[in-house]
Amino acid sequence: MNKNVNDWLNDHGDYLYRFALARLRDPHQAEDAVQETMLAAIKSDSFEGDSSARTWLTGILKHKIIDLQRKQIREQPLSDLIDLDASDTSMDDFFDKSGHWLDKPQTLDMPENALEQKQFLSILSGCMDKLPAKLAAIFMLRDVHEVDNENICKELDITATNAWVMLYRARMGLRKCLEINWIAG
Amino acid sequence: MKLMLTCKQASQIISQSLDNPLSWSDRIKLKFHLFICNACTRFNQQLRLIKSAVQRMKLETENDDTIQLTVDAKARINQAIDSNHH
Repeated sequence: MNKNVNDWLNDHGDYLYRFALARLRDPHQAEDAVQETMLAAIKSDSFEGDSSARTWLTGILKHKIIDLQRKQIREQPLSDLIDLDASDTSMDDFFDKSGHWLDKPQTLDMPENALEQKQFLSILSGCMDKLPAKLAAIFMLRDVHEVDNENICKELDITATNAWVMLYRARMGLRKCLEINWIAG
Repeated sequence: MKLMLTCKQASQIISQSLDNPLSWSDRIKLKFHLFICNACTRFNQQLRLIKSAVQRMKLETENDDTIQLTVDAKARINQAIDSNHH
C-alpha cells in the first residue's frame, strides 16, 4: 500500500490548516489538527481512490477538530460543568427578579461599509477571545463548526440542558460584549 | 398553557431556537412575546447577526489563500509522519 502522504500534505495541507483554523481559531491547535489528520490518514484503510483525497482528509479533520474542542472542555474542572446553574450567577445578571431585562438589548447591525465590517468582525473576534474557554469551545462547535446539538451532547458527554445553558451563556456574553465595544466604540 | 413569557424565558427560547426546532407551544408563546416586546425582538436579531457573522468569519479564513502552514510547521508534521510510518 503506497499512499502519497507527502503529496497529501503538499497538496492539501494549507487548505486543511485554514479549515481547522477557521474552526479552532488557534494556530497551534490548527497545526495539531492537521498533523493528527495526516497520522490518522496513514493508518486508515478507508480511502477509496474514487473519492477525492481532499474530501476524505477533510472528513477526518472534522472529527479531529471535535476531539480537540472536547479536550478543551474536559480540561476544565468537572465541577465547573456540573455546577453550571448554581455556581455562576452570570445568567441572572441580565434580568431583574421578575425576568425583565436590566439593560434592554440595543440594535446591532452589520455595517454596510467594508472597512466598518472589518472592524465589526474584529471586535466580535475579540469578544470570542474573552469568553471562558469551555464556553468558547462549545460555541465554536455549534455556531461555527455547525455540529448539531445531539452530537454535541454525545461527543462532550453532557446533557442537553448543560449544552443549552452553555450555549445560552456564550451567546449572552458575546452580544453584551458587542454592545459594549461596538455600539459604544 | 401559560401564554405570557418573561423576557428571561423568551431569551432562553430564542437561544434554543438556533439549535433545535421549537415545540408548537414555545413557538406560539415566543411569537406572541416578540409581537409586544421590542427588547427581545432586538435580542433575537442580535443572536442571528452573531451567528451569520461567525459563519462569515469562518468562510473568510477558509478562503484566505495567504493563510498557510509555515515551512517549520510542515517540517514538524512531516517529521511526525516519518516517525509514525516506520
